[in-house]
Amino acid sequence: MDSDLSPQDKKDLDKFIKFFALKTVQVIVQARLGEKICTRSSSSPTGSDWFNLAIKDIPEVTHEAKKALAGQLPGIGRSMCVEISLKTSEGDSMELETWCLEMNEKCDKDIKVSYTVYNRLSLLLKSLLAITRVTPAYKLSRKQGHDYVILYRIYFGEVQLTGLGEGFQSVRVGIVGTPVGTITLSCAYRTNLAFMSTRQFERTAPIMGIIIDHFVDRPFANMGHMHPCNYRTATEDEGVTYPGVEDSQEVCTTSFSTSPPSQMVIPGKEGGVPQAPVQPSHGTPADHGRMPTCTPSSMARRIPATPSSSGEEAETLSQSSEAKSSSPPDILETTFTRKVGAFVNKPANQVTTACLDLPFAAFAPKNFDMEENDLMVNPPDSPVVESPLQGSLHSDGSTGSSGPLQDDFVMVDFKPAFSKDDLLPIDLGTFYREFQNPPQLNSLSIDVSAQSMAEDLDTLPVKLALYEQKIDEFDAFVETLQ
Amino acid sequence: MNCRSEVLEVSLESRQVDEAMLALLHTILLHRSTGKFHYKKEGTYSIGTVGSQDTDCDYIDFSFVRVSSEELDRAMRKSVGEFKDALCNSGSDGVGQISLEFYQKKKSRWPFSDECIPWEVWSIKVNVVSLANEQERQICREKVGEKLGEKVINIVEVINRHEYLPKMPTQSEVDNVFDTSLKDVQPYLYKITYQITDSLGTSVSTTMRRLIKDTLAL
Repeated sequence: MDSDLSPQDKKDLDKFIKFFALKTVQVIVQARLGEKICTRSSSSPTGSDWFNLAIKDIPEVTHEAKKALAGQLPGIGRSMCVEISLKTSEGDSMELETWCLEMNEKCDKDIKVSYTVYNRLSLLLKSLLAITRVTPAYKLSRKQGHDYVILYRIYFGEVQLTGLGEGFQSVRVGIVGTPVGTITLSCAYRTNLAFMSTRQFERTAPIMGIIIDHFVDRPFANMGHMHPCNYRTATEDEGVTYPGVEDSQEVCTTSFSTSPPSQMVIPGKEGGVPQAPVQPSHGTPADHGRMPTCTPSSMARRIPATPSSSGEEAETLSQSSEAKSSSPPDILETTFTRKVGAFVNKPANQVTTACLDLPFAAFAPKNFDMEENDLMVNPPDSPVVESPLQGSLHSDGSTGSSGPLQDDFVMVDFKPAFSKDDLLPIDLGTFYREFQNPPQLNSLSIDVSAQSMAEDLDTLPVKLALYEQKIDEFDAFVETLQ
Repeated sequence: MNCRSEVLEVSLESRQVDEAMLALLHTILLHRSTGKFHYKKEGTYSIGTVGSQDTDCDYIDFSFVRVSSEELDRAMRKSVGEFKDALCNSGSDGVGQISLEFYQKKKSRWPFSDECIPWEVWSIKVNVVSLANEQERQICREKVGEKLGEKVINIVEVINRHEYLPKMPTQSEVDNVFDTSLKDVQPYLYKITYQITDSLGTSVSTTMRRLIKDTLAL
């Protein structure tokens, strides 16, 4: 196959594919930065604008892409994928889309590498610019910030689409035939954007819109291989330097020859093939051996510098990809890192209420071990408890029939904080108790209400007459509202 | 050679017409523009760089990429503005069609004028609807945004079929293929026309032909 291609053409083609892959990654990641991209047109060509398109190179992204490629090129059976995912401030994450640069075996022997392939790759990049603004992740990425961020991951090898949920859609950006195969660029994107925790998705059918692991603060997921898409254009001041693009040989060709007729345009062969669904490779584990080596990084924008061991890689990959192996959440056994509110006594193992920042901690029930005794989980059924607020306030000083839980309470005088008997004419505690048991309103008592109803009906004509007199005032009032 | 013709249809509110037409026309022109050609003495040429720019729509939940060229944007806005005015003022039901036609010029001998041979025509049929309340307008914002997304995917699909494109011209013939009047980019020669359909579905005398590049000025 390759023997038909001249060495120069082969070299050019490899260069084109390599830089096409790098530019593809740049376009995708820049489209998910959350801001509008603007580059200038220039009538004077420069040597660094590959494919005659002004696409900036973010050094970190180029670095990650080159690491993922590890000196190889996308080829038949070796796809380059950019995975875009969303991560909330609470630590939940969800894959949004996967962009795949693939090559199949269909070759186009007659096509001119240095001209036609180059121009078609340029066209494909323009299509990528257009399509990246159309998938649902674009709008999400424009709104990223406090609640969530968008992350990217580049990998090389087999395409993994199982993290996109059921019913994901795919769109083909375009294809370019070359003498060594046909390059295909496509995107598979999630359509079910109802948020679900990634672990829960693995275990059961997804429940729409509910985050199940609500009280568990998932340990900060090892995000070593995921990178935030809120990167600002790097300057040298950032202090991180990357090996630049290998220079002299990699300057893109910007000169073309006008000597025709080798500029034969190949008639369209593909026809109008509509969006071909990308067949998901179910359960195919990532090829760990070729995964990028990255260390766990914090959410800060600094770039991980040292590679981690492959064991850790597998660990980090399994956490964020589909192999969710963590055990089902068990509230009593996990480390409870969520800040506890007042009157909540739902501790973890080693935490006692004395350690928690509770007001009236001394009044809290002392029996922590059993969840059944937790009033917040199983409120007493007593009719004395008229409102949740009352219930919680009473829990410490209740004299009412709170059922079998009374044995757990110690009767103490209710001493509201900061109250002193000598300063106020009425004890604050007394006031507090009276406030909790107010007398019934007259209008709400049954025997009075019937009487008042009759009175109301009698006075109705008088009232109507009065309102009719004042109708102008009412109209003026309505006017002010409009 | 047959001219390739593609038709796109959208239904939208009158205030969305400008942005929707700009979104689609700019998406097409992004693919049909190159950098400026610079011919060198030995018969080779180099190509300038095309920049791109994100544009957000105000009345539609949509963003699109256009070529970074203020001249081109102005030309598009002018044509789209005329189309929208004709659409809204014609007294018709708000049905019209705007067409972006790419053509090549074929030099003819004097006294015949040059022939314009279209090789690709994009027609966008527009149906203007009126909405009753703000809630419907909000739904329309989103729906039209989704629709435009589908149209962009259609456009990209057609373009990536890699069907006929004029071959790259020599220096003497570049004006027969490309519009070289812009200083920063070089789209293929194009013209924009529109038709307003009255309620009977026939095209009325308001059919106008507006040439962006005046091919009659010899």
